[in-house]
Amino acid sequence: MTSDTDHKLRRILTDVLGLKPGQADAFDADTGLFGHLPELDSMAVAGLLTEMEDRLDIVVEDDELDGELLETYGNLLAYAEAKRAR
Amino acid sequence: MQITAYPCPLPGGAAGSEFALTFDRDRRHRMLVLPALFDEANRMRRFTLEVMRRLDGAGIDSFLPDLPGSNESLRTLAEVEAEDWAMAAEAAAAEFGASHVLAIRGGALFVPKALPGWSYGAVKGASLLRTMLRARVLASREAGREENLEGLIAAGLGQGMELAGYRLSAEMFARLHELAPNEDIRLTAIDQELVGGSPLWLRAEPDEDADQADALAAVIAMGLKQ
Repeated sequence: MTSDTDHKLRRILTDVLGLKPGQADAFDADTGLFGHLPELDSMAVAGLLTEMEDRLDIVVEDDELDGELLETYGNLLAYAEAKRAR
Repeated sequence: MQITAYPCPLPGGAAGSEFALTFDRDRRHRMLVLPALFDEANRMRRFTLEVMRRLDGAGIDSFLPDLPGSNESLRTLAEVEAEDWAMAAEAAAAEFGASHVLAIRGGALFVPKALPGWSYGAVKGASLLRTMLRARVLASREAGREENLEGLIAAGLGQGMELAGYRLSAEMFARLHELAPNEDIRLTAIDQELVGGSPLWLRAEPDEDADQADALAAVIAMGLKQ
């Protein structure tokens, strides 16, 4: 059972990383993001955050941006779900 | 395809010119194509031309102007104002006798009011700035310097700023911060759902997608037939 946020976040990563449809379904909580995927340079991360703001209707604050947030898919999803629950 | 110059006034009204890529066979439908901006311009350039080639094949002329300070322009981007881009779009529309417009991403911020047509991925100026500002914050942080969005916005409004390698004047920064796509009812927004696949401006590197180019050109060609 995946949440709406989970579904949308996988879709956003598919778009930003140029993944094939369904490829992001294989991501689990431990899948590494920043530092593991060469496509995710600072410009791509910035684009990812803007897309998350637009599509998840959240605002990402500067001070929430730390290395841990983007370390794994699980961390990013937990962050997005907590933001949307507010 | 040809490279043509179009008259594009300099600030203060003196005569100037910029280049445009054109598919011009004097046909009835004449599409002004307003390109994506800054880093997205690079990533979308090939896709934009692929769409224009398909429009040509479908019997539609198209014209892609260089905006002052971009591509082959003789002007320095740091001295260009947002108003110059609006004037360039108007001047190109007049010179080529455009009947319609296709505005891609930030190009939608400079659509001449009189033209009907389509927008694809239209975006607010503030969103474009925010993404470039954030990339700068992230890059600075990796280099051990702390910057934040608020401070950078204040600095950009004051004296302009270099973002993603593009030196923006204070005027350009301030106008982009406010500009949103004109909600003119004559422009039809083309959704990504209709084009299929993932938007190419989000990718880290330039890419192309024949299926997406086919779909976008088909939406326009069918729209013009109605």
